Amino acid sequence: MAKTPVNRARLLQGNEAIALGALAAGCDFFAGYPITPASEITEIMSRELPALGHPFIQMEDEIASIGCCLGASLAGRKAMTATSGPGFSLMQENLGYACIAEIPTVIVNVMRAGPSTGMPTNPGQGDVQQARWGTHGDHPAIVLCPASVGECFEVAVQCFNFAERFRTPVVLLSDEVVAHMREKVTLPAEGQVEVINRPRPLEPPDWYKPYKADGSQIPRLADLGQGYRYHVTGLVHDERGFPTRRADEVEPFYARLFNKISRNFTMLEMVKGVALEDAEILIIAYGCTARSAQAAVRLGRERGLKLGLLQLISLWPFPRRPVEEALAGKKLCLVPELNMGQISREVKRVNNGRTQVHRHSKMDGSMITPEELLARLRVLS
Amino acid sequence: MSPAKKSGAPASAKKAAPKTLPAMNRLEVRLAGSGGQGLLLAGLVLAEAAGLYDGREVAMVQSYGPEARGGASKAEVIVSDRPIDYPLCSKVDLLLALNQEAADTYAWDVDPSSWVVVDADLVEHPPTSRAVALPFTATARDKLKKIMVANVVALGAISQLTGVASLKSLEKALLARVPKGTEALNRKALSLGAKLAREQAVKEKPAQAVLSAADF
Repeated sequence: MAKTPVNRARLLQGNEAIALGALAAGCDFFAGYPITPASEITEIMSRELPALGHPFIQMEDEIASIGCCLGASLAGRKAMTATSGPGFSLMQENLGYACIAEIPTVIVNVMRAGPSTGMPTNPGQGDVQQARWGTHGDHPAIVLCPASVGECFEVAVQCFNFAERFRTPVVLLSDEVVAHMREKVTLPAEGQVEVINRPRPLEPPDWYKPYKADGSQIPRLADLGQGYRYHVTGLVHDERGFPTRRADEVEPFYARLFNKISRNFTMLEMVKGVALEDAEILIIAYGCTARSAQAAVRLGRERGLKLGLLQLISLWPFPRRPVEEALAGKKLCLVPELNMGQISREVKRVNNGRTQVHRHSKMDGSMITPEELLARLRVLS
Repeated sequence: MSPAKKSGAPASAKKAAPKTLPAMNRLEVRLAGSGGQGLLLAGLVLAEAAGLYDGREVAMVQSYGPEARGGASKAEVIVSDRPIDYPLCSKVDLLLALNQEAADTYAWDVDPSSWVVVDADLVEHPPTSRAVALPFTATARDKLKKIMVANVVALGAISQLTGVASLKSLEKALLARVPKGTEALNRKALSLGAKLAREQAVKEKPAQAVLSAADF
């Protein structure tokens, strides 16, 4: 593997592209615990980061892995960890801590069939709602989902940029097929990737209020060890970082926590459309299932069916506006997923009864095939 | 969100890629056998040859058991001139089976217009009479004294038979992958495989099957 991505076509695995994307986005800390099907990311980072003079730590488990990343992030590092379902479950508590303490970090969850140990090398998409609601308490979430090796790279960069820009944990939700698939990609050369770094304080340490935000609603984050002493806690806190239960301080705190994400929905709602212009039947899909849907659109159109695909890249916040727009005027919408309908429920909510929306669920440890989708559409239409 | 969408082979490969490559509309290749036969490496080399040196689009997936040797092992490579949507095989155009179990497991979803290539010695009962049986392992063992290059012999043969990747590109991709000091051996294995196919196999591709009316 080359040290830096160069502008030349290469055959890469999805997991390799995630690791390279993270490095291109400036990731300089990784702590993790290997697990199929995410191990390649840990393996590559264990080789690449030390070579660049940055720390890589293999932790004793996933709880420690994310804890380590949060500490490193507070000290100014751009930190990432990678895991699969069982490890992601262990990370939920600290994920909530990262939300409330507003610590930027990137968590890769390569989904496999679950729950529990499930099927370690079979694909699944059962963690979609877990990525949204896995940690307790109401909180905003940013979750991005790639469907190709090229998108793995782009989405990894995007995850870091969102984490840094919004001071929040971001989940990269991949799946076994996309993670292990190899495709030809041409990565952008070094310097061609937009990299965003967190805003750091402009005032001297004595004047620093760690959770006081300006109009952006996003407080500036000081690196630990630079003389800026402040309190970090999982309790609801005031502008100085100290616990508070005063309604007049709690209310603006929550408002800011949600507003910093919701006011940027346009940036966060990421989708790709395929043949939507004249489509009569719409498929909404994400991750590996979007690949089956792309093939179904191609095959269906060869047979005279006007199919279109809306591929969701951001799952959370749920891209309500693009979905609404795509649903408008369609006869029928099918939402294929490797779960019992975790995103189709969201589509139905947005659809609000205007179009027929059906789920197509599969949980046998294999991918949904294009022919299977066409057969289902033949029955429905 | 669009920097990684450019196509094109490395500069050095562009020059070498012949302009006369036939158009290819989604060719699906399944390489199957047991762990240790080098099928994943063969898949990688095939994908890199077709993708990076022939300049086509490629996707590759693999599956293997937990064992270091033995157990079922499989690599699937899709080659096309158009962007690849579904990354798995749905209608295999070329099945290479290097042992009986692989031939038995995967022959059932191969349709009548596809190539079935098997190892003549390790697959005692070819799944169909039209299977092309060539002695990959025996050639590697007897002529090259290295049984481990049977996968490379097989690559040479399927390139000669089907043109899924050109021999020239396969050689380049192969030499970029194999350990230093084994280049001559691998080059020889590849050309021996091509020679095997030229001399012993029927050259015609089986007749195209008519599309089933059950299709949508």
